[in-house]
Parts: sequence; structure tokens; C-alpha cells
Amino acid sequence: MLRFLLTRLGLLIPTFLGVTLIAFLFIRLLPGDPIEILAGERGVSPERHARLMRELGFDRPLWEQYLGYLGDVLQGDLGRSIVTKQPVIREFLTLFPATLELSLCAILLAVVIGLPVGILAAVRRGTVFDHSVMAVTLTGYSMPIFWWGLLLIILFSGILGWTPVSGRLSLLYYVEPVTGFMLIDTLLSDQEGAFLSALRHLILPTVVLGTIPLAVIARQTRSAMLEVLGEDYVRTARAKGLPPWRVIGLHALRNALIPVVTTIGLQVGVLLAGAILTETIFSWPGVGKWLVDSIFRRDYPAVQGGLLLIASLVMLVNLVVDLLYGLINPRIRHRRA
Amino acid sequence: MARAPETLDRPAEDALGPEPPGPLREFWHDYRQNRGAVAGLVFLLLLVAVALLADLVAPHAPDVQYRDAFLTPPVWQEGGSWRFPLGTDATGRDILSRIVFGSRYSLSIGFLVIVLSLAGGITIGLFAGFFRGWIDTLVMRLMDVLIAIPGLLLALVVVAVMGPGLFNAMFAIAIVYLPHFVRLTRAATLAELSRDYVTGSRVAGAGLARLMFVTVLPNCMPPLIVQATLSFSTAVLDMAALGFLGMGAQPPTPEWGTMLADAREFILRAWWVVTFPGLAILFTVLAINLVGDGLRDVLDPKLKRS
Repeated sequence: MLRFLLTRLGLLIPTFLGVTLIAFLFIRLLPGDPIEILAGERGVSPERHARLMRELGFDRPLWEQYLGYLGDVLQGDLGRSIVTKQPVIREFLTLFPATLELSLCAILLAVVIGLPVGILAAVRRGTVFDHSVMAVTLTGYSMPIFWWGLLLIILFSGILGWTPVSGRLSLLYYVEPVTGFMLIDTLLSDQEGAFLSALRHLILPTVVLGTIPLAVIARQTRSAMLEVLGEDYVRTARAKGLPPWRVIGLHALRNALIPVVTTIGLQVGVLLAGAILTETIFSWPGVGKWLVDSIFRRDYPAVQGGLLLIASLVMLVNLVVDLLYGLINPRIRHRRA
Repeated sequence: MARAPETLDRPAEDALGPEPPGPLREFWHDYRQNRGAVAGLVFLLLLVAVALLADLVAPHAPDVQYRDAFLTPPVWQEGGSWRFPLGTDATGRDILSRIVFGSRYSLSIGFLVIVLSLAGGITIGLFAGFFRGWIDTLVMRLMDVLIAIPGLLLALVVVAVMGPGLFNAMFAIAIVYLPHFVRLTRAATLAELSRDYVTGSRVAGAGLARLMFVTVLPNCMPPLIVQATLSFSTAVLDMAALGFLGMGAQPPTPEWGTMLADAREFILRAWWVVTFPGLAILFTVLAINLVGDGLRDVLDPKLKRS
């Protein structure tokens, strides 16, 4: 297992370097003067321009600049936002719990509904239920989620008035951030109604962000189950008279889950891309909305840092999924990589 | 020409007939089994017709503002009229006409994105597969990097560098899909290169270009076609998303995503401004996905979901 872990980690290093290179080149490729881009000042005097050039290292050869950037990154220095003058990494870490809370709820929703629905569709193959599941999930998979979000706002916020339109918490409450997870923080704060308010703010964004993963997980579970249900050992288990729920729940599901776990892991990239849209629609104060706002404000150091951090996060999660995959599937673990 | 009676349960009869069916006939025979795929194809063909004949189909020009009809509801709702069947937006433009003209953008953009991405992916993938060595390693590591960045984020960053606009957004999305085509082409190339027919062709003196594009490539196509169709649908979605975020087509272009961005502030007052452009996106993407599933079942039986 250790060997497996080390090979996977070894493969990750060139990819990480590649991402830092792209993030580094991003600022250099932007049209316009890099000093104006990084300092966020227009019409800088020639003397100040020259000094900033030197300070920011733009007078050095490109490869030296890159090594300098890489060194900064490895020490956790991702530069400062032009707009707020705060370190980019601190801004990211402040906003990230909001995105994490939303993403976790979305993936939870997707798994809790998608998994049983997929299993049931496979077991009841060819029935009306199966066909409806396939039709609904294909629609979910084709959904432009930003539009889906707007529709849900019209229905639940506009017509029914059940849910708020934007934000994480009603303005009536102020909650000291402890964990950064609003659901937990409101419970800790002991204010009456705060938790419910947080929950009501969370519901629509969760549904919107969870829609595509839910569809993908349900379809993947169904097809994995169908494959496994045709195997000999399932027939044997049935033949020796095990109750159906035992055959399906124990013998079949455990093997069907292997590809499903991979699918769930692959949804992380989808979730983060979806978070950009979902957070924009619901004014959810997370990193997705922050990135879009940063692009519009031409806060390029923030965009650069966000790009690097999100890509690293995706790589990290993929690594964990790989390891998990090795853990539940011995055939992978024992193969010499 | 007399056709052998086709029965679902005995497809072998076709093959046993006096004339073996041509590859297209055979393809259509298999494709037709999937009713959803046929429905998707019909919808897409209709949409292409609408896009081509937009000037004839649309009741109004897409950017004419009728000052007497701001936010008119659709015809079946009180206050609506047949003059604007799906209502008008906040500046008095006919929504149906804008959707009709918008189909031109969505279809051609999706198509161009895939052509760009496919052409680049095939070329890079073939080179990586043929030359192996450090070129291969470099290319594949670069593709790993591109895949690590969530698609929409990568597209946003590319657009930030190049500036918002229709063509830049197209280019950005083409880059996002590039790694999939490179990987598929390379994998298929590696598999084909070990086959005897390639060695035979090599021995017969075929040049590199001929080996790549004439001998090997056609045998790599089926998975690429399937991937291209499925990416087509995501390309339409991503383009609309970029338009919605204000980084794609710019107003007043009647692109569906851009229409939704314009409509956002009116959602609680005029549901139709938001609903119809989104439905257009949904149906188009759904139809392409149905066609993609159908193509996969026929062209790439290994991937067929049971």
C-alpha cells in the first residue's frame, strides 16, 4: 500500500508543477502592462514603474521569475489581492468553508438519493420505474444548472415564498464564525431560528449543485449493478437460497460500488465548476463567486491564486479517490504500478 | 429494391439475404433500435432547419425593440397576444424570434468548438502515439494539468486572458475539451500500431503521414465520434454558462445564455423571460445527449451500457 501511495504521489508532482506554470504564465499572458495589472494602479510614474518592476522581479529572466514564484507558492505566499490588499490565500481560506459546506451537502444529496434510485432501477430493470429514472436522470444530466437555479427561485422564492433568494443567513442574525460551516455555527450560537434560517438558505443551492452529480451517480450505480447482477457469484448466492435483499445489498452492491466510488470522486471537479455558477446565482459567499467577481474586478492575483488552489484541490481529491479505490479493490493495490 | 422483412427478434435474416446491407444501411438499422436516439435526431434536424431558415420562421427581427410592448406575457396568459407568442423581454424584443435566431449561435458554436478540439486532439494524439518517448510524456503530462483544472474555471481564465467575446469563448472551451480527444486518440493509436495491417503498410513503404492519417486514424474514429457528440452537448452548456456569466457572447447577441443573463433581474416579475431560453438550451442538450447515447450503442459496443 505504501508503494502504491508513493507512486501516485510521484505522478502528482509534475502535474502540480504544470499547474503552477500555467498560473504563473496566466499573469504574463494578460494583455497590458504587468505592473499595472499587479499593482492595480493606472498611470504609474516612470520612476515608480521602474521600482515596481524591480520589486516584483519583472526585470529578471522569465525562468528566474518562475522559480521565484514557485518558491513563494511553496511557502504559502500566493500574492495579495489588488482590491482588498489582503493575502490571496487568506481570502480563499475565509471563503472556502462556504463552498465546502455547499459542496458537501450537494454531494450528500446526490449520494443519498442517487445510490438507492440507481440500485432500485437496476433491480427493477425494464419497468416503468426504471424507464422514468433513466429519462429523469438524462434530463438532469442535460440541465443548464444556472437556469435550473433561476427556475427554482421563481417557484420557491417568488411564488411560494418558502426560501430566501440569496446569501447564507438572514440579516436578523449574526453568528461568530467558529467552523465556517453555517449549519454548525448557528447551532453553536444558540440563537433561536438561526439554524433554520441557515438551512432554508442552503436548500436551493444544494439542490441546484447536486442535480448533475445525482443524475450521474444514479446512472452509474444502475449500470454497475446491472453488470454485477449478471455475474455467476450472484446467481450462486441466489441459488443457495439467500434472501434477495442480502444478495443485492451484500453480494452485488459491494462490488458494484467500486466504479461508483470513482464516479463520486470525479464529481468533485464538476462540483467546483458548478459552484462557480451556483454561488453566482444565489450570491453565496464562497470561492466560486469570489473567482467570478475577481475576474470582473480584474483582480488577477486573486484569480491566479484561486486557479492554483482549486486545481491543487482537485488533484488532491483525485489522489484520495485513487487510494480509496486501491483500498476497496485489492486487484489494483497489488498490481505493480 | 425489395427489402427483406425486418423483424426485431431475428436480425440475422438481413445478413443472410442475397445482398449484404451497405454500411450506412446497417448503421441505420442498428441506430433505429433506440427510440430515444431517433427522437433526439429528429429534434436536432428540426433545430438545424429552424436555424437555417431563421429569417423565414421568426415572426420578428431578433433585435427590434417594440416600445409599446415591454415585458408582454406569452399568448396564453392574460395580457398576451399572438403578436408575441412567447412574450417580450424588458426592452420589448420578441422572445420567440430571439430563441429562433439564437439556435444559430448555439449550434454553430457547439459544432465549431468540437471541430477545433477534435482536429487539435487528433493531431496531438497521433503524434504522441507514433513518436512515444519524451514527446509523448510531455504531451500527456500537459493534458493531466489541463484536466486537473475544472472545465468552466479553465475556460474563464482563458477568456480573462483573451477578453470576453464569442470567438474567444469558443476557443477557451475548445481547449477545455482538448485533453479528452488527445487521450482517446493516443490510446486508440497505441492499440492499432501493434496490429499486423499497420506493420504491413509500413513494410509496403507507406510514409508517416499516410500511416497516421490514412492507415491508423480511420480505425480510431468510433470512440472519437462518440466522445465528440457527448462533448458537443457539454460545449453548448458551457457556452451558455459563459454567456450567462457575461464572458461569452455579448449583448445584444441573441445567444441563449446571454439572454438568461439579461433576464436575471426580472425573474420575479416576468417568468417567461427566463423560462423559454433555458428550455431551448435544455431540449437541445438533451437531444444531443440522446443522439450521443445512440451513436455509442452502435459504434462502440464495448461501452454499451446494458
